[in-house]
Amino acid sequence: MSAVIQPRKAQYVVCDGNEAAALAVALARVDMVAVYPITPQSSLVEYLAKFVADGKLAAELVDVEGEHSVLSVLQGAALAGARTYTATCGPGLAFMFEPYIRTPGLRLPLVMSIVTRDTLSPQSVWGGHQDAMSVREAGWIQMYCESVQEVLDTVVMAYRIAEDHNVMLPVNVCHDGNYLSYGSTRIELPAQDAVDTFLGTPDVNWHAALDPLRPMAIDPLTGGAGGVGPALFVGYRKGQCAGMHNALEAITATHQEWGRITGRQHAPLIEEYRMDGAEFAILTLGSMTGAGKDAIDEARTRGLAVGLVKVKTYRPFPVAALAAALNDVKAIGVVDRSVDFGWNCGPLYRDTLSALHHVAAPIRSQSFIGGLAGADITVEDFGRVIETTSALVRGAGGATIWINDKDRAPA
Amino acid sequence: MHGRGGQGAVLAATILASALVEEGMCAVAVPSFGFERRGAPVAAFVRTDSKEIRQMTNIYRPDCILCLDPTVGHTVNIFEGVRAGGTLVQTTNKPLADLLLPPAIATVGLCDAVTIALAIFRRPITNTIMLGALAKTTGLVSLAALRAALEASEFRDAGLAQNLTALQRGFDETVVQHLDKADRAA
Repeated sequence: MSAVIQPRKAQYVVCDGNEAAALAVALARVDMVAVYPITPQSSLVEYLAKFVADGKLAAELVDVEGEHSVLSVLQGAALAGARTYTATCGPGLAFMFEPYIRTPGLRLPLVMSIVTRDTLSPQSVWGGHQDAMSVREAGWIQMYCESVQEVLDTVVMAYRIAEDHNVMLPVNVCHDGNYLSYGSTRIELPAQDAVDTFLGTPDVNWHAALDPLRPMAIDPLTGGAGGVGPALFVGYRKGQCAGMHNALEAITATHQEWGRITGRQHAPLIEEYRMDGAEFAILTLGSMTGAGKDAIDEARTRGLAVGLVKVKTYRPFPVAALAAALNDVKAIGVVDRSVDFGWNCGPLYRDTLSALHHVAAPIRSQSFIGGLAGADITVEDFGRVIETTSALVRGAGGATIWINDKDRAPA
Repeated sequence: MHGRGGQGAVLAATILASALVEEGMCAVAVPSFGFERRGAPVAAFVRTDSKEIRQMTNIYRPDCILCLDPTVGHTVNIFEGVRAGGTLVQTTNKPLADLLLPPAIATVGLCDAVTIALAIFRRPITNTIMLGALAKTTGLVSLAALRAALEASEFRDAGLAQNLTALQRGFDETVVQHLDKADRAA
């Protein structure tokens, strides 16, 4: 579709998640975009190139030779004061890893969509969270979107969160390859002036700058066992951790403000769905959540006291919010779209168990893994997750359950 | 929605979703996906409802099957999971009697979209023709809303004019037949 952003009024458009992300970049008036295409992200950067060509996005677009250069270009741009954007996934993210892992330590507020894709091998070009999960401890903020509307809204909000002076960290906005990247639905496109007021003028290199008028050395050599090395290094690390911690508050405040101006109240850290009086709960991440909510409605109709908790902000992990939400349930079933190889379960499952250390009574739990490499997690699949978790209230959990391990293409 | 790579099934699904939204409905289009290969079987799924649709999933129990290609049904069971009383909108130059239909199909719209496409585009791209056929067969969406969705799409100038003609001819040249129970048992 060919949406036109209006200066002063919101409007409805039908588009997929990749176009929604590109529209958000245009709304955020990003200065510098560096791109390298990779499935299922490719159409996103094609939209960006088209928006630049059509004059809809007044950014400099750099079409570089690979993802390592993508992020290196954007680091330089951010240090020169630019608001920046890129998107990648899977093997592209892997190739980007060296500048990726440097970015949080440089405290650069880059925004990068991960159009999530399963990792190789075996060969696959389809969706799954394994790429984003593989870099979850690199120090980037990571938020997962449920719907096309949430993709647009979260990419815009990501700039305000990243550029918050108490945060100053890069943000990944994760949207599911296939189901969200290509899934189309109606969304509301906010007016340009509302976004301008919301984001303000970029102020991204007040702390470290490539600027001939105020020359400074960037990224000093630190560490070692003597001199000021250890103290400097530890100081920077503690600063990063403080920024991550501060992000919880910035994410919450940003979502509240966005809700105030658009009327759309997306849950900032976690969303509790029908958790009132819930005896047990299922946990979700990303675009699987819609089918999960439909399954919860069906189960509630059948008299099961079940609710759903969606984790939106995965890094920093919302420990306190999750512990509070799950405080009164007896059992949980956690559905992951990726694998924690070290623990033979899903990564959200493992993080949730750590958060439950803060809960008074023991809670029984079960890890489910589904939706790998583009597999579908249907309402019926969630029905089985709910049944299994229901039985857990009165019995112990077992080994990880693989949701799609018997799915075959129809004959 | 079934077709082959290059016929525009994915674009047709998005245009249909836009047209449904134009009419005040909620709609979600989710294409299935694969390596981009011309001629390979492709499917796309469209859900519509008067209330918000939350599930972003494929469809396994369709009410209606729109088939953009005359032979893809030889490779893929396009009738998999179809609900009783279902509808088939099919590209074909054959009469109804030559089609093998499961008993669940109650309504059939047939359109010789390949011939029409070759006349308009000189290529067998049947997607917009079959959107016209869908509108005629089901009444689910109006021709006016489909026209508006096409006009809001990336189609421009001569391409837009051709596709508007294709939509109209698909609507006009589709023959709709309702099968009674005896037909379906036979």
